[in-house]
Formats: sequence, C-alpha cells, structure tokens
Amino acid sequence: MSDRRDRKADTMAAKTFPVEFSHILMFARAIGDDNPLYRDPDHAKASEFGAVIAPPTFVQASAQFDPDYGLRPKIGKPWFGSGKEPTGIRREAGSGGGGGGGLHAEQHYEYHRPLRAGDVLTATTTPGKTWEKEGKRGGKLMFSESVTEYRNQDGELVVTAKGVGVRTERPADQA
Amino acid sequence: MTLKSSDLTVGQTFSQRLVEDLKRTQIVQYAGASGDYNPLHTDEIFTTKVAGYPSVFAHGMLTMGMTGAMLTNTVGDGRLTKYGVRFTSQVWPGDTLDATATVTRVFEDGGAKLVDLDVVTVNQTGVEVLKGYAQARVD
Repeated sequence: MSDRRDRKADTMAAKTFPVEFSHILMFARAIGDDNPLYRDPDHAKASEFGAVIAPPTFVQASAQFDPDYGLRPKIGKPWFGSGKEPTGIRREAGSGGGGGGGLHAEQHYEYHRPLRAGDVLTATTTPGKTWEKEGKRGGKLMFSESVTEYRNQDGELVVTAKGVGVRTERPADQA
Repeated sequence: MTLKSSDLTVGQTFSQRLVEDLKRTQIVQYAGASGDYNPLHTDEIFTTKVAGYPSVFAHGMLTMGMTGAMLTNTVGDGRLTKYGVRFTSQVWPGDTLDATATVTRVFEDGGAKLVDLDVVTVNQTGVEVLKGYAQARVD
C-alpha cells in the first residue's frame, strides 16, 4: 500500500469498533428482528456460535465509533437539524437535497466469518470509483463508492462492505 | 434452521412481511442504533422546510436490515456469504413492506454447497424499494 492510500484510509473510518451485546440488542430491535441469537445470551451460548452474534447489516453501526462522523450531533458544534429555526446552519442556496452527506444508493457485504459480541473490529476504508449520471427525477446524480474492511482482534477479515453514495442537484421527485 | 440443497429448486420463493404501517419512531430507533442521525430521517421540520421532501423517510439501511431478517430467517443464522442491494425508491412512514427471495442457482464451489438468491422488497402499492442478491451456504 502506498503512503497516500494509508493516509486516506486512516481518516475515513472508526479506528476500533467494540461489538457489544447491548448494541446488537438495540440494533436488532430497530430492524424488527426478534431472533433470540441477538437478544438472549443463554440461547446464544448454547448455539453453534457460542455467543450472541450480530445481524448481517450490523457493521453499519460502526458510525457510532467514528469520531468525525458527520451525521451525529456533536457537543459544542452547530447541527443542521431544526431547533428554534428549521435548520441550525445557514446553507447555501442550491446546495442540494441530500441534507447531509447525500443519499445511500447501494450497499454490498461479503461475510467471511461470524461477528460475535465481544469482538473488537478495526475498520479500514478506501475510496472507490466515482461517476456521474443524468437522473430522471433529481437532475444530475453524482455517485461515489467506498470499500471498508472490518477485521477482528485476531486480524481476521470478518466483513467487507462496499457502499455507494449519491448526491442529487435537487430533492428527488416523489412522483 | 438451515436449508438443504436437495430441497431447493430454481424459481422457488420465500417471502416475509417486514413491517406494517412503518412508524416514524422506528426510523428514530434505527437512527439511535446505527448512529445515523441525519435529519432527513429524524427531523420532519428540517426535511419538509429545508430539504424539500414531503416527510422524513427511512434510512435505506433500515430497509436492508429488515430485509436481512427475512434472509436469515430463510437461510439460517451465520449462513450468508454475500448480501448486496440497491435502494430503488424511498420508504416513507406508513409504508408496509414485503420482501421476497427467489432461488436463482444451487451449486457447489470448492466442496461448499451454496444458493444464490434474488432479493426484492416492495411497498404496499407494489413499488420496488430495494433490489439485490444474496448468497448463502446450505447443507
């Protein structure tokens, strides 16, 4: 790996992501998944996995451990959501309908081994392709891809995640 | 629960209702769990007055997460090897979602028995909101 790639990777993801039972429990509730493997440690201990495991999309919650993640209000910093006014930040006209960080267009996962409560993941993100397309509903669409590798405390690859984000020139039509 | 390759045929489908009348609170619940507090999902005033959408809408990843539950209920826990989707339409509060996985291939690779699935989630008017694929190990 070149130095340049190392630096980019360094600035783009959670350094470490401790995977904890209570977080898995809350995540499973949020996606409406009642699987006892995600909420019952005794049941999970007796399973082939020997521990609570995480649902397939759980690594998305690594955002919680990214100190620079832009879509979380931060202590002492302005936040663009509403308070007394509809937005806490003056935004430039025509800055797009994406709100913050654009919209999520695609997500892909490859699973290499089960992700267990108690694992500590390290994430390394590298930017991928970028491309543009004329959209039917939202004007010009600007796509960008990023690939994140999640390794556990033993250095083993657990999940590879590829996300594609899209920015639109204006809010997508709902027609 | 796990699937047996001998029981699988191309074209076979598995379906599950993911959610009925999706509530804004569930979207907020997902924001809290995932850490993605984008006001487009959590703040009706910002989303309608500043961003110009008719209401808040669900994270794509909430739909992918709910659809993932259909997949693990179908193929068994810890069996997925691949799962990927495109978010093809937005999901709004009040939506009812149904997910379907269709067997497209049953095969062996290096001694492992695998199944390929097409994955589609639609809303109450039949509009596709998520389209993708999954691969899983089977017995």
